[in-house]
Amino acid sequence: MSEQQHIILPEGSIERQTQTLNLGPTHPATHGVFQNILEIDGERIVSSESTVGYIHRAFEKIAERRPYYQITPLTDRLNYCSSPINNMGWHLTVEKLLGIQTPKRVDYLRVIIMELARITDHLICNGVVGVDSGAFSGFLYLMKYRELAYEIYEEICGSRLTTNIGRVGGFERNFTPAAFEKIERFLKEYPEALKEFETLMNRNRIFMERTQGVGPISAERAMNYGFTGPNLRAAGVDYDVRVAQPYSSYEDFDFTIPVGTTGDCYDRFLVRNAEMWESLSIIRQAMDKLKDLPSDVYHADVPAYYLPEKSAVYTKMEALIYHFKIIMGESDILPGELYFPVEGGNGELGFYLISDGGRSPYRLHFRRPCFIYYQAYAELIKGAMLSDAVICMSSLNLIAGELDA
Amino acid sequence: MSLTNDYIKQRLTEKFGESISQVEESFGCLSFAAPKDLNLKVMQFLYDDEELQFRFLTDLTAVHYPNRTGEELAVVYHLHNFKERVRLRFKVYTSIEDTRVFTATRLYESANWMERETYDFFGVNFVGHPNLKRILNVDEMTYFPMRKEFPLEDQTRTDKDDEMFGRGGHIGI
Repeated sequence: MSEQQHIILPEGSIERQTQTLNLGPTHPATHGVFQNILEIDGERIVSSESTVGYIHRAFEKIAERRPYYQITPLTDRLNYCSSPINNMGWHLTVEKLLGIQTPKRVDYLRVIIMELARITDHLICNGVVGVDSGAFSGFLYLMKYRELAYEIYEEICGSRLTTNIGRVGGFERNFTPAAFEKIERFLKEYPEALKEFETLMNRNRIFMERTQGVGPISAERAMNYGFTGPNLRAAGVDYDVRVAQPYSSYEDFDFTIPVGTTGDCYDRFLVRNAEMWESLSIIRQAMDKLKDLPSDVYHADVPAYYLPEKSAVYTKMEALIYHFKIIMGESDILPGELYFPVEGGNGELGFYLISDGGRSPYRLHFRRPCFIYYQAYAELIKGAMLSDAVICMSSLNLIAGELDA
Repeated sequence: MSLTNDYIKQRLTEKFGESISQVEESFGCLSFAAPKDLNLKVMQFLYDDEELQFRFLTDLTAVHYPNRTGEELAVVYHLHNFKERVRLRFKVYTSIEDTRVFTATRLYESANWMERETYDFFGVNFVGHPNLKRILNVDEMTYFPMRKEFPLEDQTRTDKDDEMFGRGGHIGI
């Protein structure tokens, strides 16, 4: 079965026992612009068809005319719940193309930001699963801590949701002491909230009844459907890009990959919760490692690609030249072709980049995890109740921005 | 890691001989091209072989090279072996007049939407695809926008009336 056959019977026909229900594109229960045309028999879903593309913005085409540093803001808008991961993924891709080696401190700072982003992504997703099953309080508890995480981003880069954080080669400025204080505060306060959240949800009878056995998928089917990230791990495959192909010095950290067994909504929920604990532990480790490193290093020494400080531009000839070259897109970019994956909030986020040596990519393709696994949705909800379809959608962590690119 | 790029290369040339071309290694990832009528055979071989086991389709997309006559479009597959943690890139070239390429949906369920996306933007006609229609663009679209003959607006153009776009000119209410 590759494509679900949509049952079409003439209007008013006597055999017509099912009804068509349009769920979306702007239904409040879908948390984004997703349209699902459901064929329902009573409250059971007989078949469904998903329509995507409502917020398609042609990022791949736009990227073909932009210099490399201007593509970072485009990546913000893919998975906007964890945009720092997308930014870092893009920087790492370009750095790999250019052969830039970043100092360890930069790697660790990036790890901190990426893990914070993973936590914010997962807490939204798990909070929303709770909301869709009728438990609003968990979401409200956790939302406060997303605010704390956003304040950390704000302290580092000045923006909150679409962060555009970091530059090719490192960060635009060093982390301030206030940023570290805020990270420490997050590390201190968030575990308590997460624990409370878990106590509230994990063994909650109503929540378990609503999520166990809903939208299950076997490991084999999940792999065939191209699942990655927490959704694949919930089905029992321990694939994580951070471990399989470590980037940004993830090999220096000690963490486990939580896996589930059944791949249903409940397992996906548990895997995400467990991952948040792992992320917290990674941030803790990174903070400890940073203590042994010189505190003034925040970018690689690559003057041809990393924008010099403004004061240097006004006083030093070299800095002025490099500033001009970078802004005008005149820095030498090597021709090459590479695919670079990072572990995004909801799966393997890949950048397939072809450079012909020009100022902008010849071709850039984003491998968006949600776009690939969303096609399994029709299979996941077949035969389920309408209300289960809503939970199933939120537990897959679909982000419209990433889906449509 | 026991599965090396050299070994994969050797197995492929043993099986397909001269058909495998453009074998290269960039940034540690093996990349090769095959004739387009062999794409399914190559993928099936990589899938079934006990040692190779490339059983995960990571990505499927296309690239347009307007200057390569007869092979303007390249369909690019990224395959992944989870056990050995090895990736490879596999390309199939097709001319822009006859863009028929066999679909991979029988092998990988995930190819379904990725092929629809590739069709939507590049016009690659995947033969045997169960539901080959536009996915991100509107259904009424008649062209394939990611092809290189559709440039984005030139940022240096001067023939645009800035007044109409709220930049400069006379400001009136």
